Amino acid sequence: MTQDVAHISLDQFELNQIGEIVYLEENQFKVKLIDMGLFPGKKVKMLMKAPLGDPVAVDLEGYTLSLRLKEASSIFLKSVN
Amino acid sequence: MAVERVSLVGNPNSGKSSLFNHLTGLNQHVGNYPGVTVDKKIGFCPLEKGKQISIIDLPGCYSIYPRSDDERIVQKVLTSPAQEEYPDLTLVIVDSSNLERGLLIYTQVHDLGLPIILVPTMIDVANNEGIMVDFDKLGEVLGCVAVCPVNARTGEGIDELKKSISAYTGHNHQNLFITADDFKGSLEKNKLLSAGYGHDASGNGKDNGHSNDTPFIPIFFDDPETQQIETELRYKKIRQLLGFVVNKKQKRSTYSKLTRKIDKLVTHPISGYAIFLGILTLIFQAIYSFAEWPMNLIDDVFFRLSYATKIWLPPGIFTDLLSEGIIPGIGGVVIFIPQIALLFAFIAVLEETGYMARVVFIMDKLMRPFGLNGKSVVPLISAVACAIPAIMATRNIDQWKDRLITILVTPLMSCSARLPVYTLLIALVIPDTLVGGIFNLKGLVLLGLYLLGLVAALGVALFLKWVIKAKRKSFLIMELPMYKMPRWRNVLLTILEKTKVFVWEAGKVIMAISIILWVLASYGPPERMEKAINDVPKPPVEEGLAWEDYEKKLNTVKLENSWIGLLGRTIEPAIAPLGYDWKIGIALITSFAAREVFVGSMATIYSIGEDFEEDNSLIDRMRTEVNPATGQLVYSLAAGVSLMVFYAFAMQCMSTLAIVLRETKNWRWPLIQTVYMTAMAYLAAWLTYYLLK
Repeated sequence: MTQDVAHISLDQFELNQIGEIVYLEENQFKVKLIDMGLFPGKKVKMLMKAPLGDPVAVDLEGYTLSLRLKEASSIFLKSVN
Repeated sequence: MAVERVSLVGNPNSGKSSLFNHLTGLNQHVGNYPGVTVDKKIGFCPLEKGKQISIIDLPGCYSIYPRSDDERIVQKVLTSPAQEEYPDLTLVIVDSSNLERGLLIYTQVHDLGLPIILVPTMIDVANNEGIMVDFDKLGEVLGCVAVCPVNARTGEGIDELKKSISAYTGHNHQNLFITADDFKGSLEKNKLLSAGYGHDASGNGKDNGHSNDTPFIPIFFDDPETQQIETELRYKKIRQLLGFVVNKKQKRSTYSKLTRKIDKLVTHPISGYAIFLGILTLIFQAIYSFAEWPMNLIDDVFFRLSYATKIWLPPGIFTDLLSEGIIPGIGGVVIFIPQIALLFAFIAVLEETGYMARVVFIMDKLMRPFGLNGKSVVPLISAVACAIPAIMATRNIDQWKDRLITILVTPLMSCSARLPVYTLLIALVIPDTLVGGIFNLKGLVLLGLYLLGLVAALGVALFLKWVIKAKRKSFLIMELPMYKMPRWRNVLLTILEKTKVFVWEAGKVIMAISIILWVLASYGPPERMEKAINDVPKPPVEEGLAWEDYEKKLNTVKLENSWIGLLGRTIEPAIAPLGYDWKIGIALITSFAAREVFVGSMATIYSIGEDFEEDNSLIDRMRTEVNPATGQLVYSLAAGVSLMVFYAFAMQCMSTLAIVLRETKNWRWPLIQTVYMTAMAYLAAWLTYYLLK
């Protein structure tokens, strides 16, 4: 139902791009990601990338999380302006 | 109901530890949970009328569903009424600027049926952020829970909190936060029943079988998929409720603006690494310049103490044991305190300010190919000063495999105890030539030895990455907290705690090994020993240079004929291929206590003073030492370099082993570490000798 071309995974986000989480891919990090507040409906802003491009840091409606690209690639969002 | 045991639960960085420190002050200690390497922090808090309650500071966590050893402990403590740690009141600490995430764990603890006081912190930060919270209303919508806001930084509100704890009479525990109705067909009924949601499904929320004396514990779900569904439901509900109590103005606070600005600088590809390097340099400068004099002082005090004991007590085995075994043994433990204290002072400041998370952020990618992660960087680098605090600092690495690899390779980094050994041997065998017109060869060799340690550590880590199997795949989902000024009280208590842990837990093992080593170095087969002592020509008067010389010779003979001396001779065939004679064999065994003992043992073996920097006699004496079997010099270039390489790799430090045991809680790991490092040292030293010979 949610598998849509319009959804971009978080690792593809440009700096300062904002999106809303639509769904998370099934994998072993999913539980941890949800625990940390990355659940559908949450707004995410790409804040910065580490010097080698990985990990990245995102703003989650007021707090900052850092995650590796591999983890970010399992989070799918729709772009929000 | 009188409250006796209180537990603290909350997210990392929520101000939980500061609150714990405020409540307990110096009245706290660190213990162990059985079978895991998580510290158990317990303290006592005085209440009015001479009452006292015990407080347990549970590890920071985000959810009751455990993802790490730390979180497993939280779940275990909160769901085991039979255990002594089971609290009769739980304080859930939430960061007011991030209520949504903090309340997740609150709702879970609530649904475990535990009495709770909700403790919001960082209200000033939240206000500055434009977040206004109506705390009375919050307590109401969350099901009539007591809410007690505090400022964990200044201590404001702590007295009120204490009053609420003593006045606590029980909890009007009516409804589960999440009920079966919330699941609405997204889960099968039997799954809900098995998780303890059955009673609510029948609409019988108030009478679900728990009263004050029999706590109601839902088992919750044990498969990740339903855990996800449940957690999402909780967040959804929390968001709805927060809509009623939080008034959010759109404004970026000065705090977060400053944080963004600093982040730009410290994660920049150039300035980021430059700043990190600068901070490291500062830390090492400080450790080398500030730790040295207290260490010398400790050394001196214990030396005098031994000497005094020997003079004042009647001669005998007991006096010898005290003055040569026990007192130097205690000294050998105490001597590490300045380094541990200083390093943890810096680590605590880096943690407290929030900078540590940024170090992890910029270093993670670089460390990952070696099976390490960003959190391994600080322990590895700290090991250049001393492996002991470095290994203690691996606590932050929450994945067991990454942490174990870091612990196992950390002692390969060249620590400061290797320096005297290197300096002596470099002075002995490396010529004073210039390379390329500017670099002194001696300096280059020293640099090479440090690099050798680093390369070996990374290489072994790479190897271990393939060998050790991980239960879970490595991940790094970490919060980057806002920058804050360090709370010095927390820094101080961290230093105190780490020092205490080292002295009491590693100290026991270190003492035991030093006494064993002392016995082995002071006693030998009695007949052989007696004969050897009698063979030393005794001067007619018990004073003057001749007598001093006699005493030195006596010490040499005693060491040579002790059990260690015999052992040194026994292993000679094994170490001959490395270019060593049995005298070096003795020094190798004695320096198991600590690497720098090598210098002292050499001095004893050659009956001369050990201060080779002031006085050249030790170096001169070693330089002319001839191997009677081959007629060649013992300390050739090949043998000298081979010995340095041996010291670079060998696990010659019982204190490190003691701390590895304490941190891994398993004899297997220090044992494996000793075996692999010794094997590596042997092979590398053999290869060096073979190539340079």
